Amino acid sequence: MSEGKPLPENPAGPRSLADLFLSFSWLALQGFGGVMAVAQRELVERKRWLSRAAFLEEWAVAQIMPGPNVMNLSLVIGGRSFGWRGALAAMAGMLTLPLLLVLLLAVAYGRFGTHPAVARALRGMGAVAAGLIMAAALRLSGGLKGHPLGGPASAALAVGAFGGVALLHWPMPFVLLGLGSVACLATYVRLDP
Amino acid sequence: MAAPGTFALHGWDWLQLFGQFLLLSLLSVGGALTTAPEMHRYLVLQQRWLSEAQFSNSITLAQAAPGPNILFVALLGWNLGMNSGGPLLALAGVVLSLTGILLPSTIVTHLASQWGHRNRHLRPVRAFKQGMAPVVIGLMLATGWILARASQAGGKAWPLGLLTAATALLIWRTRLHVLWLLGAGALLGVLGLV
Repeated sequence: MSEGKPLPENPAGPRSLADLFLSFSWLALQGFGGVMAVAQRELVERKRWLSRAAFLEEWAVAQIMPGPNVMNLSLVIGGRSFGWRGALAAMAGMLTLPLLLVLLLAVAYGRFGTHPAVARALRGMGAVAAGLIMAAALRLSGGLKGHPLGGPASAALAVGAFGGVALLHWPMPFVLLGLGSVACLATYVRLDP
Repeated sequence: MAAPGTFALHGWDWLQLFGQFLLLSLLSVGGALTTAPEMHRYLVLQQRWLSEAQFSNSITLAQAAPGPNILFVALLGWNLGMNSGGPLLALAGVVLSLTGILLPSTIVTHLASQWGHRNRHLRPVRAFKQGMAPVVIGLMLATGWILARASQAGGKAWPLGLLTAATALLIWRTRLHVLWLLGAGALLGVLGLV
């Protein structure tokens, strides 16, 4: 998937640690219900820190590695320009202001949350939030079309992981390690050396 | 101070919590929310440190606010501290939870991304990147399912499930902004329709 020459070293990359911190703060503050969609628009189309192909490559790493996707994305981009300090500056930008905001929300909720209308509103928003995650999964499933294992086998793996965790209540780590290693081995066999 | 039916955390409990989050951090492949089912099992069902409502509200508030979804873990820590004493412990809970869930994954991802970038033509690297994709997608769907079930606790299961399904379809198929749907969910809730 990532054949060919290495990525150009970010021709218009972040200028400084402060630039990283502020850019990721601004990005995070725009991300309602998740930052992913905003990240692509901001980093690729507006700031041009990354080409579209480079973004996809970094995104695959961020997606596959442990840790929150968008945090991983920020740390990979920050790390590529300024090493460890860049990774930390980018992550701090993603977290600081949104954390303050969400804690203010929590305090407000602690004060007004027992009001039945607030509880009902949150329940409705909770149902929407669940749908947002499902939609993200469905969007990503489009990427399975060209999967080395083929459509049916990769769909079966996805359904198996879903059924094991959601319906049979197996612990997620078992499913991840068990089905994940089967999937990686099978993919390894199918890939051209 | 504790929510009804929950226990406060004392001394060693915090350490145990920190250890659990460190471990989950390494297993949080596919995003923070894929660990939500395991956190729910541990914090709500097993230890009874959080109520069902506190758990699902933490996720909902984090989703409603701007920023990375991982902030739901900060809110879990906040609620754990509030159940155990008050605002000061709650702030400690925020720092402890966020550090626990982020530290190991950050180290691993930073090292691995640099190694993987240098070796991205290797067959095992490609097999790992592509092989995990279907499992990750299945786990994300499971997370959505479990959150949907949690939001239905104490509410009208049918209309709430329909709202979840409609949201999934609309966000998947259209370019509608998330805020409209969160607003619609809140409005339907206030009106007592879901």
